[in-house]
Amino acid sequence: MRRYSAFAIAREALRHHTGWGRAWKAASPKRRYDVVIVGAGGHGLATAYWLGKNHGITNVAVLEKGWLGGGNTGRNTTIIRSNYLQDPSAALYEKSRSLYETMSQDLNYNVMYSPRGVLMLAQTEHEVRGYLRTAHANKLQGVDTRFLSAREVKEICPILNIEGPRYPVLGGLWQPRAGTARHDAVAWGYARACSDMGMDIIEQCEVTGVIRDGDKATGVDTTRGHIDCGKLGIVVAGHSGRLAEMSGFRLPVESVPLQALVSEPIKPCMDIVVMANTVHGYMSQSDKGEMVIGGGTDSYNAYTQRGSFHHIEETVRALVETFPMISRLKMLRQWGGIVDMTGDRSPILSKTPVEGIFINCGWGTGGFKATPGSGWAFAELMAKGHSPLAEAFSMDRFRQGRFIDESVAAGVAH
Amino acid sequence: MLILDCPYCGATCDETELTAGGEAHLTRHGPGSEDVDFETYLFMRENPKGPHFERWRHAAGCGKWFHAARHTVTMQVFGTYPAQTVEPPQEILDRISEAHPGWSWRSYGDRT
Repeated sequence: MRRYSAFAIAREALRHHTGWGRAWKAASPKRRYDVVIVGAGGHGLATAYWLGKNHGITNVAVLEKGWLGGGNTGRNTTIIRSNYLQDPSAALYEKSRSLYETMSQDLNYNVMYSPRGVLMLAQTEHEVRGYLRTAHANKLQGVDTRFLSAREVKEICPILNIEGPRYPVLGGLWQPRAGTARHDAVAWGYARACSDMGMDIIEQCEVTGVIRDGDKATGVDTTRGHIDCGKLGIVVAGHSGRLAEMSGFRLPVESVPLQALVSEPIKPCMDIVVMANTVHGYMSQSDKGEMVIGGGTDSYNAYTQRGSFHHIEETVRALVETFPMISRLKMLRQWGGIVDMTGDRSPILSKTPVEGIFINCGWGTGGFKATPGSGWAFAELMAKGHSPLAEAFSMDRFRQGRFIDESVAAGVAH
Repeated sequence: MLILDCPYCGATCDETELTAGGEAHLTRHGPGSEDVDFETYLFMRENPKGPHFERWRHAAGCGKWFHAARHTVTMQVFGTYPAQTVEPPQEILDRISEAHPGWSWRSYGDRT
């Protein structure tokens, strides 16, 4: 792999940029791999990366039915934070956030991690109490968050209207080392590093069936032929239910569309991420100047990747109330992704009833922030059969009643 | 925007008049049941990519619960029917079979 550096840019500038190679090689499937990962999104590629980096397993294929990072990895609003309430969540998301800090150096790929700070507004007394509780919990968990007064909120984000008619801002939960990163670059950077370790990333290769020998998985059928594997990792977000069906087990997951939209680019006006969970809207400004806005999930199952229009209307209404200066802003694009929701709004990182199959799913509306940590824990689980970070997230928790309830702690927005 | 006909009052409603109630025809388990039964009842879902049966409430209208059969990819609605039933009407099953030969959902489906 050619390293990217300032020197490389200078060298290529002198020879008309003819020396840049492919970031990852276009691979064709081999007959057999030690590990096959289904899904070349951020989580799948991060899993492959840590399998190689931490556990020395490099005979790995990552299969993708569409193009690399074209699912929820390319559709999220790029927010990274770890201010969760429950201990297992805080541990996993904080591990992930800390891995983002050094990701560009680790991958030799600029993922544009920007620890600009995430502010979650408290707009009801209930929310104030909830965030105070989270701030105290985070202190014990070693996650750096702080509860701010309404005046401090206004100082950090002057374009906020803190005296709104319906829901005045009463305070906010502030995580200064949270922020954003370039979502595509995360997938591309991992793909480049995986390819460099000799792994095969196979795009346009849809899994159509899972081959079992009794209770053990032995391979997959794909649109590009049959592939044998020692272990199979399913990391396919919204389509987890489909892969589980092919594998012969059930999942406590439902797939719903989640929407986002961006505005036309404007001059810099907001250098943090603001989430307003009571009125339900959240917003940040991209480096191009677009306001990046996250909407709500549909209330019913679908695989349509667009979502219902009235959610856009509700989100925009909430944001205009919170940020009056954006009232005449034009929106450029809207899109949807299919998110996999669990009953307790926490992910599943788990062995499955089928030997050799492992599943990483259920990230619901907030998977991007977890990309490196999820891969770290899932790779450990796949390589060793046990991971301290993943332990609490096994799928038998629903039978045992040990939920990791983040639906209240995290609000709905991610 | 999803549009469904309420089988009780006959109104044609867009989804903002309705409340989604999740998967239909669940088998409910009570006290004394096994953990695995509760897990199935409370958490395990069909989550199909295809025809789906679900519960809806005409919240901004007559207020009653009803069932709908809908495709989760094409959003085609195969029909709505009252909630006072344990299984979907045959005519709706036939309509789905006509549009999607070979479909299946739990014990229902096109077996031809």
